[in-house]
Amino acid sequence: MADIMFAGIGGQGVLTAGKILIKIAAANGKNVCWTSEYSAEMRGGSALCRVVVSDEDIGTPYPQELDVLCCMTEETYDQYIGSVKENGTVIVNKSLFGERQYPDNVSVYGVDAMGIAAKANPKGANIAVLGAMIKATGLVKAEDFERTLEAYYEKKGPGNVACFKLGYESAEKM
Amino acid sequence: MAERGGTFIQGESEIASMSMLWGAAACGERIMTSSSGPGYDLKQEGMSYLSSYRLPAVVVDVQRYGLGDGEITEGQDGYFIATRGGGHGDSRQIVLTPASVQECADLTYLAFDLAEKYRTICIILSDGGISQMIEKVVLPESREHDNKKFDWAIIGHKEKDAPKVKVTNLDRSMPYDEYDRLVKKTYKEMFDHEQRWEEFQLEDAELVLVAIGISSRVCKSAVRLAREEGVKLGLIRPVTVWPFPVKAFEKLPESCRALATVEMSLSAQMAQDVLLASKNKYPMYSLLTSKYVATPRQVVDYCKRVLAGEEEELEVY
Repeated sequence: MADIMFAGIGGQGVLTAGKILIKIAAANGKNVCWTSEYSAEMRGGSALCRVVVSDEDIGTPYPQELDVLCCMTEETYDQYIGSVKENGTVIVNKSLFGERQYPDNVSVYGVDAMGIAAKANPKGANIAVLGAMIKATGLVKAEDFERTLEAYYEKKGPGNVACFKLGYESAEKM
Repeated sequence: MAERGGTFIQGESEIASMSMLWGAAACGERIMTSSSGPGYDLKQEGMSYLSSYRLPAVVVDVQRYGLGDGEITEGQDGYFIATRGGGHGDSRQIVLTPASVQECADLTYLAFDLAEKYRTICIILSDGGISQMIEKVVLPESREHDNKKFDWAIIGHKEKDAPKVKVTNLDRSMPYDEYDRLVKKTYKEMFDHEQRWEEFQLEDAELVLVAIGISSRVCKSAVRLAREEGVKLGLIRPVTVWPFPVKAFEKLPESCRALATVEMSLSAQMAQDVLLASKNKYPMYSLLTSKYVATPRQVVDYCKRVLAGEEEELEVY
């Protein structure tokens, strides 16, 4: 149904973003698979996770072509944009992207993830990107997603849900 | 573990862990240990003793690639060491190969049951790919274990009905010839009754892939991709690799022209079992990807070349 990648650098929460997504997709009856790649550094090295959401038995957990690519940095965008399928969706963290041209054969959405995080929760840039991704793809209903987030971050307060809402509302086509 | 009345111990070494297993298994407890390739090597001496005394235990080997310390990446080159013994001597133990997180849970439950049924070690042979993913899993219902149900377990003299004869041959109480016959009979029973495998789109396959663990997941995608492109691939996924599911190869479809294994190793290991199981009736090929997980595209292109006669048949050495 969807082959998705969250990519960025260690500490930006890209692995967590994928884990939240599979939790809600699994709760909605989908088959899910999550795998990760990261360098030895806790902060600053490259980090990514691949998420497969499917109605059928999942084959390889390492999709070669992506339906959705979420990039926290320009480096990961440059590295993986070539893997996105025709008419696929790309979410970029505008806060760290300079002016640039985007290809016509994919839909690119931008979100000021770090600006949102500064307002709602300093650690929530990944959740803002998730919000933009849900807006762009309609993969899951926003209300369902919010409910899962509230449960996931029950002990950490409402900051993450606020990041999600702001990311969802402010995502714009580039 | 503590919540369920169990005990977890981080052993000081693999040899120590295996010796702890030996002791607990002799007392009839449900016990398991896990390691990756290099640690699994170190457990072989203990495994040999457990096999000798016919003690049930579960040993997990999450394979990593390479000799020595190898790499910390995925691998499947521990096939021979898992299926060809366990320590010195010609012991045989059931080897299960999960291909999903759900199977990691389900096969572990099964492993304990089989280990106790046949009084054998049961190995779970996984790989870095399967063990490092997150998937949906439904845990089987918990069960109570009663170590008093065994007539061989060492459970203390204070037990009123404690059996007099304990773990077979700990005291050499059984003559060698009788012991040999018993062990041989057990191996044959396991071979006859415990072969397990999954078939995927086999009915009209021209080329049948054989793969386990992470490679089997890739092959499943490859079968789907190939069929979109008009190439009829099928897949046999052994769930036990000892006993190897030879029964799966007795009824291959008439459409089958060749067999091909996809293995993460340098030398074709499982392919040797496939050759024996298929009695050399089909041309045999192996896509060996060493420490790299194959991609579905790579498998499909390889199979197309096989069917076009552009790949060399497997040479076993």
